[in-house]
Amino acid sequence: MATATSASSSAVNPWVGDSRAKRSKSFDFAFSWATFVAGWSTVALLCWIAVAVGYAALPAVRQFGFGFIVGTDWDTNNDVYGALPLIYGTMVSAFLALAIATPLGVAIAIFLTEDYLPLKVRNIFKFLVELLAAIPSVIYGLWGFYVVIPVTTPVGNWLNAHLGWVPLFSTPSSGPGFLPAAFVLSIMILPTIAALSGSALKTTPQALREGAAALGATRWDIILQTSLPIAASGIFGAAVLGLGRAMGETMALAMLVGNNNQISASLFAPANTIASLLANSFGEATGLEVAALMYLSFILMALTLGINAVAEIILERTGATTRHL
Amino acid sequence: MKHLLALSLAAIVSMSTAPADTITLNASGATFPALLYMRWFADYNTAHPDVRINYQGIGSGAGIKQFTGGLTDFGASDAAMSDKEIAAVKDGGVVLLPMTAGSIVLSYNVPGVTAPIQLPRDVYPAIFLGKITKWNDPKIVAANPGVTLPDLAITVAYRADGSGTTFNFTSHLAAISPEFKASPGAGKQVKFPVGVGGKGNDGVAALIKQTPGTIGYVEFGYAQHSNLAMATLQNAAGKYVAPSADSGSAALAQVNLPENLRAFVTDPTGDTSYPIVTFTWWLCHTKYTKPGVADAIKALANWALTDGQKTAPELGYLPLPAPVVTKVQAAVNTIQ
Repeated sequence: MATATSASSSAVNPWVGDSRAKRSKSFDFAFSWATFVAGWSTVALLCWIAVAVGYAALPAVRQFGFGFIVGTDWDTNNDVYGALPLIYGTMVSAFLALAIATPLGVAIAIFLTEDYLPLKVRNIFKFLVELLAAIPSVIYGLWGFYVVIPVTTPVGNWLNAHLGWVPLFSTPSSGPGFLPAAFVLSIMILPTIAALSGSALKTTPQALREGAAALGATRWDIILQTSLPIAASGIFGAAVLGLGRAMGETMALAMLVGNNNQISASLFAPANTIASLLANSFGEATGLEVAALMYLSFILMALTLGINAVAEIILERTGATTRHL
Repeated sequence: MKHLLALSLAAIVSMSTAPADTITLNASGATFPALLYMRWFADYNTAHPDVRINYQGIGSGAGIKQFTGGLTDFGASDAAMSDKEIAAVKDGGVVLLPMTAGSIVLSYNVPGVTAPIQLPRDVYPAIFLGKITKWNDPKIVAANPGVTLPDLAITVAYRADGSGTTFNFTSHLAAISPEFKASPGAGKQVKFPVGVGGKGNDGVAALIKQTPGTIGYVEFGYAQHSNLAMATLQNAAGKYVAPSADSGSAALAQVNLPENLRAFVTDPTGDTSYPIVTFTWWLCHTKYTKPGVADAIKALANWALTDGQKTAPELGYLPLPAPVVTKVQAAVNTIQ
């Protein structure tokens, strides 16, 4: 009975028999070509963007050369452009965000990989953390502007009044600045760090954990001396990837960082980032300013590409890749 | 099947050609007068259903770019067009039409102070230069007898995006303060030595509302609409003048427009003149090749210069003085 059905179905199945071989061959061929074209066009697109941005940046490259990177003036009025305050602002806000998000993210990852809670509850937590990544940037910006800034401003002013001699607190808070920007940014990159650190922690072989427990290790010992050291490079990779995301973040930063092209050691001083300046200035830019903005875009692209590449390499080596994100 | 296709095709064709006498004008540019323009174009469309105007408030610079690139029928700019920009426009000349005007106000957030704060001519440029940093600075206190000013740090808020508002505000500061003129100078986007930047009038207004001690420049209609406190400024004659439609119009009346209708009122004279006012322009071609466009623009501009001016004060803009209207009408009629 069973064989009869299978035989009858194979008779009408176009994938079986002579016709199948032909059809599937041509189908395979077309499909492999389609994937080939799609795959390479992605690469081509990236190259095209890089070339187009680089080409548009040429006038500024000719005018300023590498001095652009160390120039401290961004003066549209006199057509003098230097990227240092923007590179500084981008790096500082990203690293500050990372400094807040990494311990938090790793803590979340530990919490969600150890069996503190029933699996169902953990999955809800995990879902919620990942949901943070789904909130649009502009919403983070608004939240930061109306909720975070009113909190950071008095704190900043108090620290400045009492500990003003510390360079980090050397200016009063003017509302937007590094602190609120970095705080909001850290929440934005938290899901990346938590998810990737979690998968790095999961790679700890169960046998090692059991072995450690058999040797009398407490849960503390297992987490600190077995799981974390094994996951360390994966966690590092997660942090670097988070850094790359933080550097390219635009809308929330444009609303929170203060858009002042200066270099200040103070956490409360307004600053600017490359992405934020681009968002604000492109509409009205003309002539050399457009080229300078393109030069900046190119620098940002090179920085984030480099950082993402480093992160991918580290993650690839540890087996905790971004593929399942 | 073929029949159906032909039928639907015919339907599409007839749909797109039926209102053959409808003219659509595309325009883009300044955000400063955008509120008024939107209102004008809606009103005009109600009165003349055969003319539709799409206006996009994308900023003066971008408006000039789109106009120069031939993407729009006319542009709008708070900084008119420079000679270089005019030279870049292909096929023929450009007519600059001042269509409305506005004041730029200094809005602030100083808790506990209800009376409008008076700012002398040497003080407000110094604030934007970062030389005066406290609200109870002796110079501010001296100008505001009877007002208790708090010991509060001043935070300057400026436009982070390039804007005609910044251009006109910094032009005024450069005109009254040699120090400001030397650095940062006047422009659409200047390097203010202190402060925080916000995107657009709304961004600056939000910064002012958010942080006590903040002062920033916004368009008058906008400040009025968002209930921001506005400083009373000392004008060229030494008098303190509050921003209003009357004081703005008084300042405009002092201006004698040149042949090309491009004049920046950087420091108006007159006892009752509010010191920071600006015209804002439409940018039109002298000749239009598309049939009907020239006539449509002329009719629209003439309507805006007469009936349209009446709606200006409602939205916080300044109606053009009668001699200006006459001059602009003459220019409108040269469009072919």
